Amino acid sequence: MSNPAEITRTLVIERVFPHPPEKLWRALTENPLIAQWLMKNDFEPVVGGKFQFRSEPMANWDGVIDCEVLIVDHLKRLSYSWSSLGLHSVVLWTLTPAEGGTHVRMEQSGFRPDQQAAYQGAKYGWQQFFGGLERVLGGGVR
Amino acid sequence: MVSCVKPANANLVFRALADPTRRAIFEELTRQGEQTVHALTRYAGVSQPAVSKHLTVLKRAKLVRHRREGRETHYRAQPDALAPMVDWLRHYGAFWRDRFDRLEALLERME
Repeated sequence: MSNPAEITRTLVIERVFPHPPEKLWRALTENPLIAQWLMKNDFEPVVGGKFQFRSEPMANWDGVIDCEVLIVDHLKRLSYSWSSLGLHSVVLWTLTPAEGGTHVRMEQSGFRPDQQAAYQGAKYGWQQFFGGLERVLGGGVR
Repeated sequence: MVSCVKPANANLVFRALADPTRRAIFEELTRQGEQTVHALTRYAGVSQPAVSKHLTVLKRAKLVRHRREGRETHYRAQPDALAPMVDWLRHYGAFWRDRFDRLEALLERME
């Protein structure tokens, strides 16, 4: 990682679905289908395209996620940036044919606040900082 | 989703801790407990006005509280204010698992 102050925390969720990659790809890239399992959206599978996910606003959240398409690799990889509440991350979907279906890997990484400039020259990485959070909170996380 | 995160608070917390000096001051307070501005100034190695400025930002994010005693102001950490950050990271794990379940249900419905 070129910027040592960038958060490197990554969330990975994987599952094998008993369906062919073509079907998964449709569910991940056709916006009426995306809306049925993820959120309402105006996604188009075009690199550089900006779009939003919108869910019901809540008391403390406007329900909007601002995104930009980063990778569209037909039937294989799909990636978009994901920004909400002043926090940026990147979502990467990877499809791999598996026995009897498709292995789906969702990786959300690079959680970092939106003032990247403020991080230049930071003494230590955010990963380390987050590692200390649970200690500070004594595990009493809501 | 993120029902327990107040955007304004989360932003204030992230921005307050984006600065390495403020992060160091905050961590020092979590380690040592209550400290005077003088003690924090010695620790941080920057001027007292600079430390006071940093403390104001931390206070706005509710990461520290203060009390006056004579001519000294004492500060202490409020680690609960970190909850929005931890919530955020935990929240997404639950969020995506739930969406994977919905995706599975959708795939069943699709031809």
